[in-house]
Amino acid sequence: MITLPSKFQNWFASRGWDIHPHQQAMLDQAQDPALMLIAPTGGGKTLAGFLPSLIALQDGNHQGLHTLYVSPLKALAADIKRNLRTPVAEMDLPIRIEDRTGDTSYTQKRRQRADPPHILLTTPESLALLTSYEDAPHIFKGLQRIIVDEIHALAESKRGDQLVLALSRLQSLAPDLRRVGLSATVEDPAAIARELAPHPASCAIINADPGPDPDIAMLVTDEKPPWAGGGAKYAIPAVLDEVKKHNTTLIFHNTRAQAEIFFHNLWLANTDDLPIGIHHGSLAREQREKVEGAMVAGDLRAIVCTGSLDLGIDWGDVDLVVQVGAPKNVKRLVQRIGRANHRYNAPSKALLVPANRFEVVECVAALEAVKAHDLDGDPKGPGPRDVLCQHILITACAGPFDADVLYREVTSVGAYASLSRPDFDDCLDFCATGGYALRAYDKWKRLLQRPDGQWQLRDPRAAQRIRMNIGTIQDTDTLKVRLKGNFKPLGEVEEAFAATLTPGDTFLIGGQVVRYESLKEMTVQVSRRADKKPKIATFMGTKFANSTQLSQRILRMFDQPDWPNLPDHTAEWLGLQRLHSKMPEANRILVESFPHEGRHHICVYGFAGRNAMQTLGMLLTQRMEELSLHPMGFVATDYATLIWGLDPVTDPAPLFQADNLRADFATWLSGNAVMKKTFRGAATIAGLIERNLPQARKSGRQATFSSDILYDTLSKYDPDHLMLQITREEAMRGLVDFGRIEEMLARTAGRIDHLVLDRVTPLSLPMFLEMGRISVTGAAQDRMLEEEAARLMDAAGVTQV
Amino acid sequence: MRKEQFMNAYHFTFCGTICHALPSGALYLPEHSVLCVSDLHLGKSDRIARRSGIMLPPYEVQETLQKLESDIGATAPDCVICLGDSFDDLDAAASLAEDMRLWLTRLQAGKRWVWIEGNHDPGPVDLGGTHLNEVQVAKLTLRHIATGARDEISGHYHPKHRVTGRSRPAFLYDQERLIMPAYGAYTGGLSSQSADLRRLFSEPLIAIMTGHKAIPVPVR
Repeated sequence: MITLPSKFQNWFASRGWDIHPHQQAMLDQAQDPALMLIAPTGGGKTLAGFLPSLIALQDGNHQGLHTLYVSPLKALAADIKRNLRTPVAEMDLPIRIEDRTGDTSYTQKRRQRADPPHILLTTPESLALLTSYEDAPHIFKGLQRIIVDEIHALAESKRGDQLVLALSRLQSLAPDLRRVGLSATVEDPAAIARELAPHPASCAIINADPGPDPDIAMLVTDEKPPWAGGGAKYAIPAVLDEVKKHNTTLIFHNTRAQAEIFFHNLWLANTDDLPIGIHHGSLAREQREKVEGAMVAGDLRAIVCTGSLDLGIDWGDVDLVVQVGAPKNVKRLVQRIGRANHRYNAPSKALLVPANRFEVVECVAALEAVKAHDLDGDPKGPGPRDVLCQHILITACAGPFDADVLYREVTSVGAYASLSRPDFDDCLDFCATGGYALRAYDKWKRLLQRPDGQWQLRDPRAAQRIRMNIGTIQDTDTLKVRLKGNFKPLGEVEEAFAATLTPGDTFLIGGQVVRYESLKEMTVQVSRRADKKPKIATFMGTKFANSTQLSQRILRMFDQPDWPNLPDHTAEWLGLQRLHSKMPEANRILVESFPHEGRHHICVYGFAGRNAMQTLGMLLTQRMEELSLHPMGFVATDYATLIWGLDPVTDPAPLFQADNLRADFATWLSGNAVMKKTFRGAATIAGLIERNLPQARKSGRQATFSSDILYDTLSKYDPDHLMLQITREEAMRGLVDFGRIEEMLARTAGRIDHLVLDRVTPLSLPMFLEMGRISVTGAAQDRMLEEEAARLMDAAGVTQV
Repeated sequence: MRKEQFMNAYHFTFCGTICHALPSGALYLPEHSVLCVSDLHLGKSDRIARRSGIMLPPYEVQETLQKLESDIGATAPDCVICLGDSFDDLDAAASLAEDMRLWLTRLQAGKRWVWIEGNHDPGPVDLGGTHLNEVQVAKLTLRHIATGARDEISGHYHPKHRVTGRSRPAFLYDQERLIMPAYGAYTGGLSSQSADLRRLFSEPLIAIMTGHKAIPVPVR
């Protein structure tokens, strides 16, 4: 066992601390090539990660960069810098600590490259950018340790793949590099450890004491939750009461729009003028920093927030976490609950607030899962090739490279260990020539092979553009929102949302109601409004799919003869469904048909999660289109898909034949919006589409064209192109999630119950208020367009000019 | 004109001339046997690769020529007028692949072919046909950029129009001028609501949506 140096022992003693067993274990195993710690928030996790570095650096002999710390959030890096400086200052250690993120100034960044600090705190994207510089070998020479914080969060996305690829680069530049991962509780720690370690090395896992079980319950209100909707407005008085009873409350929402609406309503009800703030990713940085500062200072009683506050930032004395809206995923819920009571060995206190009746069921199922320690998660596929393409381009930016060496380096990454040489060569060919089968770029290749066999950029100036596009975070096109005549932005909205606005429309941003005035130089100009009710508030926010495990729990609950574990209002609602229609069952598909507002509707209960139910909607409407049933649109939730159209469906069974669905799936893949979105993401990551070109946007819209056109062209002329392969691969999981349709088909095995009813059923009711309706591009649309055009022509009194 | 194209085209009279707006975005003038297309932007992928290193799918030339071939086949015009920005730049025109060059030559065979100069291709290209600044068809003047003159057909702006939530390339016309949608595969568009476009027109303004069928809509 390694004993703490006396300086450190004294410091621990001066704080009245004992070293935690997991901190000691991290110290003992500090020389492992890879090591992972699983600890709850507040367990001294960060110190456990940094302790070996602080000890190694205490004598002041190390020159240059020693430890790199990578976290998914910029805010986390800033927070760690603050926390780490305390022991360093108090022990008077000769250690320079700096952070480097997208927010760091240009001069500071340049200085860091010339003279790196001992400890550098950064994000995966900033790290990837660092590895793209010609002087990367100088920057990383002598690097000893890398600490990846919140690795469980990174591992869920392509950001994690980008990070581990960057690690393989660093390992070549600094062969002594040792890797440390810090993680919250996850369902499969070994999988994350494999990603962290250089393949095929093993990675020890140290488990800290998880602490006592959380104190978690569903918020009981006098007011009944509404039939549908996501605002949870009914719960505002009850939530406000809880805020009053606690020091600091975090109020989590699943989407930014919901956070905005809730905050707005909370503020209207806040007659005591309690200091309450809002924090989410669409807000301007200045706005977010103001809230973060106020929170650290203990000036806020509550913060309405989204996933942007999900991760382990130490925000001080949070003693209650409120989750508004069903948590969708038990693991995420457990991690959020961990944000309360940031003291080791004290139970976290959390309340779940269902936004509507169905979410009551989901919340009860999630509560039971938490009590049973039943975490959920889906195994991850092999490393995505679009991220590899970007990695190859980044490598080329740093200087000429040898393909064999790079291939060996890439396959030393767990996620890419099984990448075949031909697959690697395809990616390299894509980066070099575009990889087109039928038509080659002769003159204008991106990478050229030199006579000595090394690959380099044809035009070195291209490095600049490649660097500007580093990263794997999908940015939907967003536009800044500004008050008229004011330079400071209020935040951002999606371009698609902005396109729906007409002057006079009001919407919520940063808790204020604003009026849309105009679109000027790609900025949404607004004015402040005193209105209490905004017209709309539907901008971006991730919608997570309900996990398979949670869906199964809900179906088991539906099977009960009655529901004593549910509040009366919800049990009664389910009772009505059983009376007027029937309850969905795990091994059958329930299809309800009914008319509503002059359209024929079918509601399909498949419980396959939002993404798969959306895909099912696409497939079913496509088949209905072929059968001339004129489907017009659909909307999907985690449990059902509602389709409306001009003609009724009399026999749904053929729609669900597995072989038909699979065949349709293959055809459908080539022409649908989700695929186009997926393609856009992959093509942007792989460097086929550029994202950061503000000057291109300014020069007028006719110069740019939609990536959908590229997708259509490739599908037609080069269907086996790498980008389409990647798009199809992602289609099986993620947004398209055909895997879960297969799961649904397997468990229901053709057993379909079709009920023809005369009105909207209790369980389908919430679907009518769901956002995210998708219209079907087909004959019905052309018919509607023609009808609408004829109506407009008529109304305008012009048939011929 | 072939029946299907005829059925899906929109037939109207513009400045005393009979016009058929085809769903593809081409304009056919049956009295004069003229087929007009605008803003083909051939060679766009070549130009982007040359300038930025980004290699878009290099299939836009064949996609655009295929569409043009189909419209020529359907209308059998005596004269084809390409209303400017036919090439994304003059280098792109010069480096057009041999098979695409031959295809163009095949399309040109037996008819009058006019390349109107555009801002992207302001000079002669070595591809047969006549090169002009503008061309007169009866009382109509066809040029690349609208001048504000009457009886004018032009391109350049790539107009798009939105109805029931969907935006499509569209012809825009009032009583004095008509602006063509972009015909090329790799082209974006400018909203019919933009000030740059609106100031060229007076009321009533009509948009003809392209797509499966050319559909007229009043623009408000």
